[in-house]
Amino acid sequence: MTERMEPGRAEAGSVMLHAENVIKTFVTGKSVVTALDRVNLTIRREEFVSLLGPSGCGKSTFLRLVAGLEEKTGGTLLLNGTPITGAGRDRGVVFQQYSLLPWLTAWENVAFALKKSKGLTNAQKKEMAHHFLDLVGLKGFENHYPVQMSGGMQQRVAIARALVYRPQLLLMDEPFGALDAQTRRDMQDLLIRVWAEEKCSVLFVTHDVDEAIYLSDRVYVMSAHPGRIVKELAIDIPKPRDWNAMLTNRFLEYKREIVTELERQKLVRDRAPEA
Amino acid sequence: MSSILIVLAAWSVVTYSGAIDPLFLPTPTETIWALVEEIREGIFFKDVAVSFYRILMGFIISTLFAVPIGMMMATSRTWQAIWEPFVGFIRYMPAVAFIPLSILWFGTSDAQKFFILFLGVFFQEVIMIADNCKTVNKSLVEVGRTLGFTKGEVLRNIVFRAALPDMLDTLRTTWGWAWTYLVVAELVAASEGLGFRIMQAQRYLATDRIVLGILVIGFLGLITDMLFALLYRKMFPWKTMEKAKG
Repeated sequence: MTERMEPGRAEAGSVMLHAENVIKTFVTGKSVVTALDRVNLTIRREEFVSLLGPSGCGKSTFLRLVAGLEEKTGGTLLLNGTPITGAGRDRGVVFQQYSLLPWLTAWENVAFALKKSKGLTNAQKKEMAHHFLDLVGLKGFENHYPVQMSGGMQQRVAIARALVYRPQLLLMDEPFGALDAQTRRDMQDLLIRVWAEEKCSVLFVTHDVDEAIYLSDRVYVMSAHPGRIVKELAIDIPKPRDWNAMLTNRFLEYKREIVTELERQKLVRDRAPEA
Repeated sequence: MSSILIVLAAWSVVTYSGAIDPLFLPTPTETIWALVEEIREGIFFKDVAVSFYRILMGFIISTLFAVPIGMMMATSRTWQAIWEPFVGFIRYMPAVAFIPLSILWFGTSDAQKFFILFLGVFFQEVIMIADNCKTVNKSLVEVGRTLGFTKGEVLRNIVFRAALPDMLDTLRTTWGWAWTYLVVAELVAASEGLGFRIMQAQRYLATDRIVLGILVIGFLGLITDMLFALLYRKMFPWKTMEKAKG
């Protein structure tokens, strides 16, 4: 078991995830594709970090390496100073496609994540599941099956499931990518609220510039072919944020900076197509 | 339901009118009388019970092996490499062709029926169950891994549960095939059972009993099929909701 982080954690600010020159190549047939080219990235405790880039830039691949679902080809990848060798309960993952177990109700899906938690009675598990469903605004929907819920609600259950066992690092792989614009905005605000309660470190993968700036303490911008980090940006807007933050000059400056970089990368890529 | 009535009506017309010699096809009345006679002789329910016991046992034995092996084949390359050529080879051998050999080995005992049922059912089931498990959404497996599950736990708690509705459909299909194998086995070598009764009736040209036997088998098949459908609805309420949602 990982140590539970108590409120007022003294370690806030220390390095949690450390990636140095991480390389990932895929072999398809006879050709070798470099998905990640020497990626350097750091996440500190209680820090919300976004990995932003166009589709196919390898940002999800990086998240999968951190989750332990895939193995890196080279470089160093440390979680709390220990190399990542596989999936584990110190990390929670929220996938784009919700990935709820269709045969379980909402609360059962959340409690399912506690199956490996020792020393908890079933009643305690149920109580915790209900607490976290409440936290994501699903009070009253505990006994609904995934098929009875909208995409946004299903993703809330998935977030509750990823948080209920108190991982130190939450990995979110384009979690709101499949949702409509309004639901997406609601979910962003929900995430801000939840994160204020359950302070853990977050690696948030997205291709939405506004979303990345709005949610993050820091944003890493990636370019594709091969996937490299081309920019790192600290977002200095006070938290907790609300929609007003999106209309400030500072927000727009960050946005301009990122979009300019993405456009520049696009030009570079178009000039030198597929080496 | 109405389609059954149409067949029944057609049967009545061609038999009661005398268009077909009762030797070739009895009337519905004669068939019902055959049922009454068989019940009076005390053989009807015994035949049903004997046949049902055989098919159930043969089916359970096959399934007990097919489910774990099929799951392993779907999730482990090593297991697939070991089993696939073997299963693929035997699957194409007609189970019925083994009947002479099975009699040599097991006589006309129940074990011989189980053996034929196993040959006919297991090798089909195992391939179908492996396919059922292969179609399980990969991301559900990944959820299990991120929750710290071992391979075995993922297999039991996720793959098995996710594939269960499809597996039940597989069992429903193979159960139908099992009837065919049972009856063929009983036709050739048995001293009781529905298949045996049909064969015996043929010797005495008791066409009414032949038709009765066929109808009873069809009827039992229909009932068990409905039971499977009921079980499916009870076990997977979310599947019904999924379908209703479209």
